[in-house]
Amino acid sequence: MSEPREITEQSVESAVAAALAAIASAGDSAALKAVRAEHTGEKSELAQLNAELRNVPNDQKAALGKLVGGARGRVNQAFAARESEIVAAEAAAQLEAEAVDVTALPSRGAVGSRHPLSLLEDRVCDVFTGMGWEIAEGPEVESEWFNFDALNFDADHPARAMQDTFFVDPPEAHLVMRTHTSPVQVRSMLDREVPIYVLAPGRVYRTDEFDATHLPVFMQFEGLAVDKGLTMAHLKGTLDHFVKSIFGDEAKVRLRPSYFPFTEPSAELDFWHPTFKSGPRWIEWGGCGMVHPNVLRSAGIDPDVYSGFAFGMGIERGLMLRNDVQDMREMVEGDIRFSQQFGMVV
Amino acid sequence: MRVPLSWLAEYVELVPGTTPEQVHAALVEIGLEEEDVHTFDLVGPIVVGEVLEFVEEPQTNGKTIRWCQVRVAPEGERAADGGDAVHGIVCGARNFFVGDKVVVTLPGAVLPGPFPIAARKTYGHVSDGMIASARELGLGEDHDGILRLSTLGIDAPVGTDAIKLLGLDDTAVELNVTPDRGYAFSIRGVAREYAHATGAAFRDPVAAVPVTDAASAPFPVEIRDEAPVRDRAGASVFTTQIVRGVDATRPTPAWMIARLKLAGIRSVSLLVDITNYVMLELGQPTHGYDLDKLRGGIVVRRAVEGETITTLDEKVRTLHVEDLLIADDRGGIGIAGVMGGADTEMSDATTNVLIEAANFDPVTIARSARRHKLPSEASKRNERGVDPAIAAAASARVAQLMVDLAGGVAEGVAEIRDVDERDAIVLPHRYVSKVIGVDYSDAEVHDALAEIGGTITEVDGGLAVVPPSWRPDLTGREELVEEVARLGGYERIPSVLPVAPPGRGLTRSQRIRRRVAEVLAAGGATEVLSFPFANADDNARYGSADGGPVASVRLANALDASNALLRRSLLPGLLGAAKRNRSRGLVDLALFELGLVFLPEIGRDYGTGSLPAGGVLPDDAELAVLNAGIPPQPRHVAALFVGDAVTKQPGQSAVPAGIVDALDAVRRIGLATGADFEIVQGSHHAMHPGRTAELRVGGRAVGFAGELLPSVAEAADLPRVVAVLELDLDAVVELADPQPEARSIGTFPAATQDLSLVVDAGAPAAAVAAAVRDGAGDLLEELHLVDDYRGHGVPDGSKSLTFALRFRAPDRTLTAAEASEAKLAGAALAGERTGAAIRE
Repeated sequence: MSEPREITEQSVESAVAAALAAIASAGDSAALKAVRAEHTGEKSELAQLNAELRNVPNDQKAALGKLVGGARGRVNQAFAARESEIVAAEAAAQLEAEAVDVTALPSRGAVGSRHPLSLLEDRVCDVFTGMGWEIAEGPEVESEWFNFDALNFDADHPARAMQDTFFVDPPEAHLVMRTHTSPVQVRSMLDREVPIYVLAPGRVYRTDEFDATHLPVFMQFEGLAVDKGLTMAHLKGTLDHFVKSIFGDEAKVRLRPSYFPFTEPSAELDFWHPTFKSGPRWIEWGGCGMVHPNVLRSAGIDPDVYSGFAFGMGIERGLMLRNDVQDMREMVEGDIRFSQQFGMVV
Repeated sequence: MRVPLSWLAEYVELVPGTTPEQVHAALVEIGLEEEDVHTFDLVGPIVVGEVLEFVEEPQTNGKTIRWCQVRVAPEGERAADGGDAVHGIVCGARNFFVGDKVVVTLPGAVLPGPFPIAARKTYGHVSDGMIASARELGLGEDHDGILRLSTLGIDAPVGTDAIKLLGLDDTAVELNVTPDRGYAFSIRGVAREYAHATGAAFRDPVAAVPVTDAASAPFPVEIRDEAPVRDRAGASVFTTQIVRGVDATRPTPAWMIARLKLAGIRSVSLLVDITNYVMLELGQPTHGYDLDKLRGGIVVRRAVEGETITTLDEKVRTLHVEDLLIADDRGGIGIAGVMGGADTEMSDATTNVLIEAANFDPVTIARSARRHKLPSEASKRNERGVDPAIAAAASARVAQLMVDLAGGVAEGVAEIRDVDERDAIVLPHRYVSKVIGVDYSDAEVHDALAEIGGTITEVDGGLAVVPPSWRPDLTGREELVEEVARLGGYERIPSVLPVAPPGRGLTRSQRIRRRVAEVLAAGGATEVLSFPFANADDNARYGSADGGPVASVRLANALDASNALLRRSLLPGLLGAAKRNRSRGLVDLALFELGLVFLPEIGRDYGTGSLPAGGVLPDDAELAVLNAGIPPQPRHVAALFVGDAVTKQPGQSAVPAGIVDALDAVRRIGLATGADFEIVQGSHHAMHPGRTAELRVGGRAVGFAGELLPSVAEAADLPRVVAVLELDLDAVVELADPQPEARSIGTFPAATQDLSLVVDAGAPAAAVAAAVRDGAGDLLEELHLVDDYRGHGVPDGSKSLTFALRFRAPDRTLTAAEASEAKLAGAALAGERTGAAIRE
């Protein structure tokens, strides 16, 4: 049991001074906690002085009470101040300790990529859906009727041979790997009501050798519009809009006379490539023309009432021209480095 | 078609100095396609020389060379290379004589190769140039010796520029001729097109040939087509003409050899060269028979079953009853319009020639050429349609050249002709403008059609146009529209954007497919596009779940006979891509592909034996038959994972890829499609028996995911663990909920509890979870498995599954007692269904 204390200015100040010194010297929250127990706890000097107030005469109670209360207040304030200092310092120290090299962190999930041909196909589709066109699809193993006959290819015309067709065995069953997505145009005309504005993207097959600029399996997109009063000027307008969307505002289209069985008049399509790697130039990119009346008739559409235009381009060639791919084989080998150059952006 | 410019200039005004590029540009405008430019690639000085003397010098290598003195410039003048008039030249050939005129390539000259000529030391002499062979000059294949000008019938002064003398300064433009423009496979046709393009004056070579009719008793010819193909007579025009007393051994003149060579045809012999020359010039194939080898008259008829013929290339060909034959008393002497026979071929001994020029049905010719794999120069023209009006002129032109170059006397032309008058095409007033969108004047339309050779009469409401005889492709008004437009220039067509009616954007299936590709890519996989060709092993292994027999679509003319089938699964393509990547050092792979697979059913014949005609809408039944004949080809999605799914990194060890990655990808696909996949233990004969999940949507199996059988992975040259998934994406789209219905989101506090159940080790966790969910009722908001423990404290053959459960009531704060009650109800149902017991 400690000796009874006398509350004097001196004894109070001495206790306060000791407490403040201890508080100031506490370096962390643990030390501060110990200091708090020692200098404000039940057995602390100040607590005992406070307890002594019970024993002082009533006429001194107010003055001494004030003395002790003030002293405790000062000590508590000092505690609070020191405590917030220590908390802040410790929080800062913790953050410092938690710092990492943000360039050396592991990743929990790999990221992959889409194939640029698919991306470009999507992009092309978006241009046309933006114009109100719809995207049409059809089978890759197709009846010869849809692939040739309905498209005004005479069975014996040299144009049929020039398509380098893969035939399904037995050839007498008249099934082929579609040589273009034009059969989808025919199917669209059979399935939809005029006016028809459709884009048919997809894989097509030709018995071409496999080299830097030819693939036996490649991707095409073909457009078809059938409406009243369509002219070749509408064809050109559509193509102009399309190449500007894909190759920039300076791009434009030039048509040259050509021949396809399913269009008449027919044209080769060149476009002005304003950002071609080795300088702006005209580049050949497909065929087009006004839908041949026999094609409309094959689909039950009256060519005296309606007219149409159609066009077709290769997506691989588009990718080569747009993104400077040098060798078509890279597109089909499945080397992940090829697709990963593009990520999800083409 | 290769067109020597000197030849072109004979029939159309070609401004001197016009470059091949300018000719190309003009012709491209009008619809021919630019291919290439061909020259003899010679640089002078290359001159005529005279062999003054030579000494034969045997060499140690066994050869004997001739050390020649050759005069290459007239006496007293310098040679073209600046040297002396007489050059000493070493020559390895020995086929010449003193006094022969030869072609000398002087130092500074360049031969094709390029092979530059310089004075060089050889065989102990300085050879100051070279005496050239025909092959070195690009004039022919003859390399037996040097070219003696006398063999070409040429004598020219020493020092003459031989390049010009021999026509080797000419240039040919090569054009790609579209299949409709058969007439452009001739100088005549290209000259006319050039005139259309430039306005230059055209001179028709046909008009320049005088045709004399044959005497009253011409060579007997009969056309007897008893089986026309597609109701088209095999021959509608057949002319014959006899030239007697030719000297077949005379040389073909150099200019003709040079033109033929530039046009891509090798010089054979004078008489044959002439027929080829006229074919190139006029577009009319002709054939010359040795008249004295013919037996009896000529009959044009179809072959009979089993008949054979030996063609000019010395091959015996078995004929088809559709083949049109030129026959004499012995049988076939030529496959009409395709290739002549060997028996009646012209040779050096020929003195009397029968010239044939005919017009054959393009369909018959096309079929014969294809059937016998004989795409000859003649068949190429005949199958595109030859001008039926020029056979007699072509024959007369051949005869004229034979008389001029080989001597002899020509008789007149005899012609059998049965050609229908062509109908006029009515072109309505303003129709061209209506199709093209350019305002053409009536005069312009009229003039353009007149310029291409049409015969025009004004009729009510438009023009009646009879196309010219050389344009079989002009069959309707659209073709006439194109003629007007191309002559007027396509550059006049304005650009007008049509307004389509409002569309509905991508279809649901199209949107879903994009999302699937995007989530798989975002989830770490790389998209590949494989060729869909497969072999029988691929399709047997991956094309069905149980390994039973499968049917495949087979290509009749596959590029690679060992991959002649179409894929039934996307996996072989992914395995191939994985192998290729690994061989390139890329070992940690996640690949995916979306594409069609081809799933014919066993025992079903696909396709149709015949096809409806084109140009007419088939009836519904015909269309139904066509569509029913197309094998099913649904769209699949597949993915493959091999190597490490997470690579070793600071603070993180590698995580090898496995079934977990495949199932994660399935969940992403579920997100993208809206499909609620049910994952159940499954089996597939190519898959690991214990690590394969069957994937179901709405109770229907739509695919599988898991790890390949190690033996299968190893057979694919891949490591032991390869995880894959393959789904019928079309089926997933069909079965997925297209439009989710929202539930209200409760906002009262949740109560969370864990539940550990001991159950037989073989029981699927999903079954236990489903029972808990059903038993716990509506208060159970969410449940997931947090632990699967086996070992100490759990009986052998059992496992302890711990689920974290979250309960919530929509209208009140749940008490712990309510949550526990629901949990126990769940546990009770799990116990009932799966034998699970709460772990104490």
